[in-house]
Amino acid sequence: MFKVLHKEAVAPQVDALIIDAPYIAGHAKAGNFIVLRIHEKGERIPLTIADSSLDKGTITLLFQKIGKTTEELGTLKKGDFIRDVAGPLGHDTPVKKYGHAVLVGGGIGSATLFPILKALKEKKNKVTVILGARNRELLVWEDRFAEIADETILTTDDGSSGKKGLVTEALKEVADSTDIDVVLAVGPIRMMQAVAELTRPYKLKTYVSLNPVMVEGTGMCGACRVSIAGKTKFACIDGPEFDAHDVDFEEIAHRLNFYKDEETESLEKFRKKKCKGKCKSKGTKESSGQVVK
Amino acid sequence: MRSRDPEIRIRDFKEVALGLTEKQAVKEAKRCIQCKKPMCVTGCPVEINIPAFISAIRDEDITGGLAIIRKYNMLPAICGRVCPQENQCQGKCVLGKKKTAISIGALERFAADYEMIKGLSQKTNMSKPNGHKVAVIGAGPAGLTVAADLARHGYQITIFEALHEAGGVLTYGIPEFRLPQKIIDREVEYVKSIGVEIKLNWIIGRTQTVDELFEEGYRAVFVGVGAGSPRYMNIPGENLNNVYFASEYLTRVNLMKAHQFPKYDTPVKRGKRVAVIGAGNVAMDAARTAARLGAEKVYIVYRRTRSEMPARMEEVEHAKEEGIELLFLSSPKEIIGDEHGYVKAIKCDAMKLCEPDASGRRRPECSGEDFILEVDQVLMAIGQTSNPILTKSVKGLNLWGAGYIEVDDEGRTNIPGIFAGGDIATGAATVISAMGAGKRAARAIDDYVMGRKKVKSREPEMAETEG
Repeated sequence: MFKVLHKEAVAPQVDALIIDAPYIAGHAKAGNFIVLRIHEKGERIPLTIADSSLDKGTITLLFQKIGKTTEELGTLKKGDFIRDVAGPLGHDTPVKKYGHAVLVGGGIGSATLFPILKALKEKKNKVTVILGARNRELLVWEDRFAEIADETILTTDDGSSGKKGLVTEALKEVADSTDIDVVLAVGPIRMMQAVAELTRPYKLKTYVSLNPVMVEGTGMCGACRVSIAGKTKFACIDGPEFDAHDVDFEEIAHRLNFYKDEETESLEKFRKKKCKGKCKSKGTKESSGQVVK
Repeated sequence: MRSRDPEIRIRDFKEVALGLTEKQAVKEAKRCIQCKKPMCVTGCPVEINIPAFISAIRDEDITGGLAIIRKYNMLPAICGRVCPQENQCQGKCVLGKKKTAISIGALERFAADYEMIKGLSQKTNMSKPNGHKVAVIGAGPAGLTVAADLARHGYQITIFEALHEAGGVLTYGIPEFRLPQKIIDREVEYVKSIGVEIKLNWIIGRTQTVDELFEEGYRAVFVGVGAGSPRYMNIPGENLNNVYFASEYLTRVNLMKAHQFPKYDTPVKRGKRVAVIGAGNVAMDAARTAARLGAEKVYIVYRRTRSEMPARMEEVEHAKEEGIELLFLSSPKEIIGDEHGYVKAIKCDAMKLCEPDASGRRRPECSGEDFILEVDQVLMAIGQTSNPILTKSVKGLNLWGAGYIEVDDEGRTNIPGIFAGGDIATGAATVISAMGAGKRAARAIDDYVMGRKKVKSREPEMAETEG
């Protein structure tokens, strides 16, 4: 059992949980994730370790409430317990002295990028961070990034914060005006794909962190398999970071939709149960407007 | 052995084989001719004194019989169900030459179930605590055996298990209808009852390293992490939607209870026409699970023939009874998707068997013809290989083949204090051989920690239990 020590709302539909997990905290490196199961009937889902404290023995999980499990996770309060948390899993991000690194994050992608930013700064890299979201409210942890990064560029679709436009436009500006040694992009699959296509003609080394469906997370089931340069790889033990220019994004996007119907069913059932029939109409309305994965 | 009516049993996940009644068991035991040189014992990977336990059952001393089995085999209720007896003890039974071999597996199972049904508990002679800590990595058959043997001998044992439940492949791999979870739980509870601590969600190599275990005062480490990583064929279409590795499909159902979705949160897709590629026990398990999830038609697609099928005879028979069709001499070469990226068919080469080669084995080769089988789901069960998480994390550990740990007969690796056994040392094998490896490693660990000279013994002097 893993105790929730702190909970806060970070953005609409995005929460942060700080969890007591000293052994995981003691071994977590940038790029790692955990697999959790809230209770006995829960599913196992992977979440990036957004931050960790060796002294306090804690890990921070940042998640967007887009499905049944993440929404249920959002109902946990300080003092509650998560039944299973296993990790840290996945390869460590290849952190070294690159020179100029650019981190590109879309929405909740910040969760993965934050420990990478810290690790890159420890290696004395110059780091430019580009964070994008639909609007100002949906930006995640932009202030934390700004504190550490050499430069932080914000973009929003509606121009309510930073530049109006997409992260790729901001990245293009940076690429055209300065030398970049490495790009790391984390966010929705189509955003990562757009970054990969943008940097390809520049021959810029680009990594993306993939988020396929996982079950057990230790290389035993193959649910998370992805095609990298035409070869099957398991995101949980061979990744989750891969060379962006080798990734078959269409396949991942397609596989991510595989359980869409079940995810919707599960979420609707959970919402109905949560409001015990009192807010039946609202629950249905909400879920029909909700994009699940 | 009695089994449930196929028509009824494919609608649920309850156990198929019903086991023997006491009357049947005693009758079967009386058929044993008590050979002076029992061949059955030579067929048993842990050399159980089979005639002795059968003799006890014949005399209606069931618990006495069980006590004899337990000297050699810690998991009789499990081995009685999942051992490939036709290739082991029963395969050697002299009665089998002319008539029917003694149903040794069924008798073993009967003795173990008798204890459970009668509510008897396993008594254990425990040695005094010796103050030494030993770490066991993986709570599968090998790990549970090492843990129990050493705990009885006074060691303080902690098992570190990566998943959220103990049992290893018994839990995530073998379906409920073949090995009920309550049987595994009972063994796990027994291991805990003799003082073994089990830490779940604890991935050695990630959550902690082997070096850190030694720093924490563990005197020896046993690695029994199994071979759970699925193999794939590298044919086009393997990553289409509705192509599963059998390991994922079975994990979803067995460990995560996906057949009870949405009561349980993990879903699994229910295919209507399902092709299972492979012909081992995992393939049979996947095919029979698909039938229980409502498939109208399930095929086993195998490139060789019936006589080369690696699955247990009983599983093949049960699968056939449940309407599963076996397609032999069929080698899949492509999985074909529809315009939405979902499986719609598989394309197979029709094979023929060549003339026997020098080893006498008839290899399959393409006949030059191929055919298309329309299916909407494909389950790949062509074998498992080693999982690199632990092995890669231990510097200097000698490996062989596809990443398996190199060990001697007693489970010693090249690093003093680190022992290994089960599938991670041998490649995918059986529960009983993993357990046997666990017993030998437990003795070697005891010798190592106590600083005794290497003693080789075939007698199971460590286990002293009474039924």
